[in-house]
Amino acid sequence: MIETRQLTKRYGAVLAVDRVDLGVREGDRYGLLGPNGSGKTTLIRMLLGLVFATSGQIEIDGCPVPRRVAQVLPRIGALIEGPASYSYMSGRANLALLDSAGPGPGGGRRSRRARVEEALERVGLAGVDRRPVRAYSLGMRQRLGLAAALLRKPTLLILDEPTNGLDPRGIREIRDLLIELNKDGTTVLLSSHLLGEVEQLCTRIGVLDRGRLVIQDELAALRAPTDRILLRTPDADRATALLDGTLLSRDGDRLIVRGVDPAQLNAHLVGEGVRVAELVRERRSLEDLVIEATQPGSDRVDQSATAPAWPHPDPAPDPHTVPAPDPDPDPDPDEMTSAEEGTR
Amino acid sequence: MIHVELLRMVRRPRTWMNLILLCALPIIVAVFIAVTNLVPAPGQGPAFLSAVLSDGSLYPAAGLAIVLPVFLPVSVAVLSGDGVAGESGTGMLRYLLTRPVARTRLLTAKLVGTMSFVVTAVILVAITSYITGVLAFGSNGLKPVSTSSSSGAVSSATTGVSIGTVSTSLSGTPLGTGQLIVRVAYGIGYISVSMLGVAAIALFLSTLTDSALGAALGALAVLVTSEVLATLDAAGSVKAYLPTNYWLAWIDLFRDPILWHNVIRGLGIQGIYAVVFLGLAWANFSTKDVTG
Repeated sequence: MIETRQLTKRYGAVLAVDRVDLGVREGDRYGLLGPNGSGKTTLIRMLLGLVFATSGQIEIDGCPVPRRVAQVLPRIGALIEGPASYSYMSGRANLALLDSAGPGPGGGRRSRRARVEEALERVGLAGVDRRPVRAYSLGMRQRLGLAAALLRKPTLLILDEPTNGLDPRGIREIRDLLIELNKDGTTVLLSSHLLGEVEQLCTRIGVLDRGRLVIQDELAALRAPTDRILLRTPDADRATALLDGTLLSRDGDRLIVRGVDPAQLNAHLVGEGVRVAELVRERRSLEDLVIEATQPGSDRVDQSATAPAWPHPDPAPDPHTVPAPDPDPDPDPDEMTSAEEGTR
Repeated sequence: MIHVELLRMVRRPRTWMNLILLCALPIIVAVFIAVTNLVPAPGQGPAFLSAVLSDGSLYPAAGLAIVLPVFLPVSVAVLSGDGVAGESGTGMLRYLLTRPVARTRLLTAKLVGTMSFVVTAVILVAITSYITGVLAFGSNGLKPVSTSSSSGAVSSATTGVSIGTVSTSLSGTPLGTGQLIVRVAYGIGYISVSMLGVAAIALFLSTLTDSALGAALGALAVLVTSEVLATLDAAGSVKAYLPTNYWLAWIDLFRDPILWHNVIRGLGIQGIYAVVFLGLAWANFSTKDVTG
């Protein structure tokens, strides 16, 4: 559905997107993750023909972008960096106007009202009145933006932070909506820095770090169990003695054991009279994966950093040094890496 | 996209505010003149104003002369400067372009929108001024009220003065109502085209920045510079190429016979400015990374 080859975008000295080979397949729910400033938005803008690549190729549905982007855009619904609308018009008027601005299939004037109503209903704004958008809440604007993306029943949805500004119930509604659309054959590409959102929605993951696509795989494969078993037991000393050889580490009553079969381990321990409180095969969390693969986001500006915050100085930060005092006392709560940096 | 742009402008409160203000200015002037019966001495102040006391039906021309030098170009600069930068500022630009609306088509729609506003504004000013003039000063209809024959034919329109003894035509011969209507229509057309240069410059600046205000101010700076240079003898060599130079040439349309020379040169200059700056706007916008 979307294929990029060695896609690169350079803004002066800054490499925003660096030789990315993105592959989104038909029917995917693809989650694009990465810290702030890692190039997610630039990448998405290039896919939509808004920003022109420095080098590399993009193909969507077999059409080269940006050369023949006008041909594929009618089949794409997009939400890019937050919704936008003419604030002096109502939501309905905005959608009707956007709809009539676009050409292409399914754009007849007679069916416009029906299309607008259906899109509003899908995002939960069916009962919205004639108030101008100026009076809408952030969540309503977000829903309106989604409705605009859904107007022409696209086969590909490209959504940048689609649940921004929604409350937990709203987030779930939108998630359910996207899953339903995906079941009906819509491919979804979604960018986010909210790991939970991506973990619950997406089937495939790509992780961007400083412009590079460092991970691209099925979520299930990424989250596959490891060959380690986590064990908690009140008889840790005896277990330690018993498991000599397969024991990897111990922290109080918590042990990490090499192995792939918790049931067998359990039988072995219980047979020796060791009580088992918890026993589970280790799975890597998406958070661990992403944090391992990425550097701090570009919105973090440490005092020690003399170079511009982005791109980061090339060597990875030394995990043993304590980060310099953060000049910003209230860092972005969504920032993935700041809290963990010192402990890794 | 063009009909969308027009629809959007019609729905936008600002457009109507703009039109109301443009039409209000000549009305305010008319009220003061009607109350005091004082007009600027011939050759001073806005063109035609000294003549309206004797014939109110000339007031549309006076109204246009009042609005043209400052108010109308400011409106055009603001409107046209808002063109691309305004859409970028609200974030709608990315949604329009991915709808998709081709970039060239978007620029065309913006220009058509601005010029539609100009034509509408000029016609509305002419109509409201006519009504105001007839109500405030009465109409002499077909009766010629030549006071003296003026040497208007040799006066230079570019200086915007010496329209002393207008009553019917500037050359002193009487104009019938039919002729007057034709001349006013020509005037409306010429004034509209005169704004093409400003619109093109503002639209070009609008593709350079995300700030609608910045683009409008830039276009106004060009106009002010042009007006300043026009009065400067040292800049005489470039005078003929300034965008504002032939703005007042439409006054020649009210001479008998019509003096076409400056009118045609004015149209030519506007055409050149339009081609150059629209070309630049197109070249810049169609290769620009849209990040707003």
